[in-house]
Amino acid sequence: MLNHLLGMPQSASEHGFLIDHMLEVCHWFMLALFVGWSTFFVFTLFRFHESRNPRADYHGVKTKASTHIEFMVVLIEAVLLLGFALPLWAKRVTQFPKDADAQVVKVTGQQFTWIFHYAGPDGIFGKQDLNLISTSNDVGMDPKDPAGKDDIVARNELHLLVNKPVILEIGSKDVIHSLSLQAMFIGQDAIPGTITPIWFKPIRTGQYEIICGQLCGLGHYGMRAMMFVDSPEDYAAWLKDNAPAGAPPAPQKP
Amino acid sequence: MEISASPAHVHHGEEHAHEHHDPGFLGKYVFSTDHKVIGVQYGVTGLIFLFFGFCLMLLMRWQLAYHGQPLPVLGPVLAKIFPKEMPGGVMTPEFYNSLGAMHGTIMVFLGIVPIAFAAFGNFVVPLQIGAPDMTFPRINMASYQAFFIGGVIMLVSFFCPGGAAKGGWTSYAPLADITDRAPNMFFTGQTMWLIGMVFLITSSLLGSVNFITTIIQLRAPGMTWMRLPFFCWAQLITAFLLLLAFPPLEAASVMQLMDRVAGTSFFLPTGLVVNGEIVNISGGGSPLLWQHLFWFLGHPEVYVLILPAMGIVAEVVANNTRKPLWGYKAAVFSALTLGFLSFIVWAHHMYLTGMGARVSSFFQTTTILISIPSVIILTALLLSLWGGSIRFTVPMLFATAFMPMFGIGGLTGIPLAFNAVVLYLHDTYYVIAHFHYIVAPGTIFALFAGVYYWFPKATGRMMNEFLGKLHFWPSLLFINGIFMPMFLQGMAGVHRRWYDGGASYDLAKPVLHWNAFMSWSAWLLCVSQFPFILNFFWSIWFGKKVDHNPWHATTLEWEAPSPPPHGNFLKPPVVHRGPYEYSVPGSEDDFIPQGKA
Repeated sequence: MLNHLLGMPQSASEHGFLIDHMLEVCHWFMLALFVGWSTFFVFTLFRFHESRNPRADYHGVKTKASTHIEFMVVLIEAVLLLGFALPLWAKRVTQFPKDADAQVVKVTGQQFTWIFHYAGPDGIFGKQDLNLISTSNDVGMDPKDPAGKDDIVARNELHLLVNKPVILEIGSKDVIHSLSLQAMFIGQDAIPGTITPIWFKPIRTGQYEIICGQLCGLGHYGMRAMMFVDSPEDYAAWLKDNAPAGAPPAPQKP
Repeated sequence: MEISASPAHVHHGEEHAHEHHDPGFLGKYVFSTDHKVIGVQYGVTGLIFLFFGFCLMLLMRWQLAYHGQPLPVLGPVLAKIFPKEMPGGVMTPEFYNSLGAMHGTIMVFLGIVPIAFAAFGNFVVPLQIGAPDMTFPRINMASYQAFFIGGVIMLVSFFCPGGAAKGGWTSYAPLADITDRAPNMFFTGQTMWLIGMVFLITSSLLGSVNFITTIIQLRAPGMTWMRLPFFCWAQLITAFLLLLAFPPLEAASVMQLMDRVAGTSFFLPTGLVVNGEIVNISGGGSPLLWQHLFWFLGHPEVYVLILPAMGIVAEVVANNTRKPLWGYKAAVFSALTLGFLSFIVWAHHMYLTGMGARVSSFFQTTTILISIPSVIILTALLLSLWGGSIRFTVPMLFATAFMPMFGIGGLTGIPLAFNAVVLYLHDTYYVIAHFHYIVAPGTIFALFAGVYYWFPKATGRMMNEFLGKLHFWPSLLFINGIFMPMFLQGMAGVHRRWYDGGASYDLAKPVLHWNAFMSWSAWLLCVSQFPFILNFFWSIWFGKKVDHNPWHATTLEWEAPSPPPHGNFLKPPVVHRGPYEYSVPGSEDDFIPQGKA
């Protein structure tokens, strides 16, 4: 509720709800602390103005109340940490779905474009070679590898099937970018020299913006891509429309 | 002591005590070894840089609110000075990135650290512990000189081919490594930034060694550790942070410098492809190594910014509530804990770099742990108000405002401590608002409190109270006008470092209108600083003359004459009691100075 009031959009991923929920709890906790703290603060400033209290009390507060409040704060923080934060993160980085059960897309950042590389109907990525990278071959596909014939390489458009886990393998060609999928409540830096996977499950169809979340040069502000979460029919239509020329016909999948 | 062996210095010290408008002022004061002169040098230079860094942001705010439109009034002037960066008075993305990087660098390394640590530390610490000067006066002078050179290099970098550094104040590799690959890599802004940093870090190291030795060795007789004012504790801990955290960044800066000018690949991995072409480097380096080295400095740096501020607020609060600081011991131990913990939280700046569950758990836990000592210190300051006889002098107004402002900054740090939440909030304006609440209405307000509070000690004159209030109230209003809407933009998903302020993105549309509101707040905040600037200079010459202890304060600096002569005290001080003996029951005066027998 607070998050919504503050203008946070609804998440479109399965785990996003949990993050939303956790942030909501944080915000209520912060609000309670701030209101309580401020009330005491303002009252004290008023009550102990020199005109109302000409001689200060050497000892001041004698109760232990503040210690108890501090203890409560620590306790709530501990609950947030142990009960929410650690398990949530562990789930994100240790419980990846199997490749076979997921849609795997290789994501590459380059100044100032996102490149999405799909394995195509055969489910196998073709060979890539650094030396083959050119302006017409964004990811250096090896034309001799048959597995690569049906691969789809698209700029700035990420198509995903709804309700199927997604694994994105994120890397970069030049500088550090950050693939920020605000709508999915997930993000990951794209770091040259490393490939880092993330996973999530989109649960709502629609079009969402993809942000570059790390300063990457003069065009950083416009490094925007679109993510389409498609129904199975739309997804099949997109696959068909984008099949590369000369690719073998898509096998009939059950 | 070395200082008294220098005849030139003794001569100069006498002049300082009696004569302020000597025609040779500059010549004699530039090479002074007196801690008070160095403190004032740092303070004035720091304030100028602070204002300059603020002005860079004012330019950026025009671009964010009215992107693509020529800057009014200043536009034609800037178009003449920077024809490539501001053609026709319209800012280019490169120049916007330069302004962003330099705003951060200047505010942190040339504004706040020099004022909070070097200026107040130099001026106040020896006086507060009853010392005649710093342990190493010449190293102290060298510290200021290194700082000054670093500052000049940073300024000059604006006029290098390609303009000033534009890889962000964090200078992440490989962007900072490959930006402006000019035929002569040496004379580019990005390289100048690294050289400037080496000077600035050297300056901090020299200062920190001096502070540590001075506080440990030169305390007056009777100044036991638990009689040390909280401000001195804060400075001591800050000095340790500088001593231990800055060298890694100095090393890292030199490594990045080598990457740029000597063809090494410390931070460049194999297989970089820029603009469709393989970059001709040896490779094998790691971009993440830079981040680790940078943030190993970067997080202790946050406490370098905040601890002296807390120290100033503690002094001002005790003095203006006329009662001892509540929970002094707890605050001291908390500050020590804070100092220690600040070394093991750095990777919470790197949550999205691909962190495993264990490493992430460690840094999330330490980040939550570090909130505990912060809460204890803030509680000590808050509860100190209870039972006081609060007088709202100008320093007290700023110190009072520090508490809720720092509170907001601290509270909004809670969700950001958690890796999972950062998945959404990473690098959004929520983060920007969070840390600005800590350092702008937090630390900078505390610095203003310090300026108003110790001004009579440095000059023998008070700053004008009416102008002070005219400075405080609009500043408080407008600074919140800048940073409060940033939380809303952040929640909507607006990211930092966007040249058009988010106009390219649909998700930013609902909160885009705040950009103009924030920009106007920023410009009005600038106008609100004019009373301060006027007050500062007017009061140096025409402020009301006051005696050595106008605030009726207890700490030792107020026993020295105002301004203190060379050697500080008329007779060597001896300490008889704790730092905040205000309103002692049975005592007639409401304060008993530390040095009173």
